[in-house]
Amino acid sequence: MKRKNNAFFRWFFGEEDTLIGKVEMKAQPEYEQKEGEIRELMEERAQLREQIYDVRDNTKLKLFHKMYNIAAVIFCITLISILLVNVSWLPHYGDGDNPVNNEVSARYIESGLQETGAVNIVTGMILDYRAFDTFGESNVLFIATVTVLILMRLDKEKKAPAKPGVEVYSKAEDDMTMTIAEAQANDRIYEPKNDAILQKVAGFLVPIIFIFGIYVVLNGHLSPGGGFSGGAIIGAGLILYLNAFGFEKTERFFTEKTYKWICFVALTFYCLAKSYSFFTGANHLESGIPLGTPGAIVSSGLILPLNICVGMVVACTMYAFYALFRKGGF
Amino acid sequence: MNIFAYILMGFLIVCAISVTFSKKLLNSILIFMSYSLIMSIIWMLLESPDLAITEAAVGAGVTSVLFFVTLKKINAMMGEDEQNEKEE
Repeated sequence: MKRKNNAFFRWFFGEEDTLIGKVEMKAQPEYEQKEGEIRELMEERAQLREQIYDVRDNTKLKLFHKMYNIAAVIFCITLISILLVNVSWLPHYGDGDNPVNNEVSARYIESGLQETGAVNIVTGMILDYRAFDTFGESNVLFIATVTVLILMRLDKEKKAPAKPGVEVYSKAEDDMTMTIAEAQANDRIYEPKNDAILQKVAGFLVPIIFIFGIYVVLNGHLSPGGGFSGGAIIGAGLILYLNAFGFEKTERFFTEKTYKWICFVALTFYCLAKSYSFFTGANHLESGIPLGTPGAIVSSGLILPLNICVGMVVACTMYAFYALFRKGGF
Repeated sequence: MNIFAYILMGFLIVCAISVTFSKKLLNSILIFMSYSLIMSIIWMLLESPDLAITEAAVGAGVTSVLFFVTLKKINAMMGEDEQNEKEE
């Protein structure tokens, strides 16, 4: 396939970055001050202060400073008391006439089971009535990982020194930035490598944690829990496994590519499934997806697959956060 | 049951205050972790087990682990040997 050879396409295929050397931060010239100058400046400032404010004899200023502290305390106390008074005006906890108990929640509680097929009303609410909110939440998690990736990512190799003639602030000169190999070496300073106790305990615990997490995800529509909690449990198990056995073991099954594909597939499936459901099932049209018998594991329509999607995204995100914070890549 | 809830609330307040007043960052994180655990028990008492599971997994587990890693990154977590060297 032939493609056009203009600047945009060259940028798109990664051959040339037209912005290099134009938008980078330039290093500031270092500001130097001699000791004599500093002393002069300090004397000048003290003189000015005495001339303007007349610190020794000015009783007004002293009073002002005292009053300032007292006023600050009074302001804080007033603010706290106003807020506390407001709290006392809030409706009483657990009262039947609270504004929370309106027709919306009554509808959810009364006909949630027939309409969504989920025994757990909470899951029926967040993954059926308000599935779009949950979709936004999972996207937020993904975006957060991308942001952390931008901030914490390290280079595979040291950057080459900048071209002569182009003064660019290059990060490679700083001591703070490391390459991935250096970060990996630095990673184990405080920890013993291949700790026997930790490895034995992790060998017992990690499978149990994984199975519990998968149970919580799969039973989201039957028992407490769901995609987010189960995903967090699986992510915590992954972190424990990583701590015990190191990055070499986890990289056999979880790399950046795995993360990318899992998040992409899960979020796309969620988006397509839910948009389909909005087209057909909203406004009480027939959705065509059988709800099944409430209480069975394969029931309640789309909630089970959506739960699995959310769980996968959350588990991968937790692990990715940890790996990025620790090593700057995974 | 009511007394148990009040005891937990008291612990919660004590934890919240001592997080801000403890001088070592490591201790603050540990206290924050126990805060999350107590909070998850309170969620159980308030009959919302969904939130309790999430609070225990995210609040007490993942968040504090991330805090630990951050402490290590900024070199604020000193081993005992280094501390002894400093005192000498």
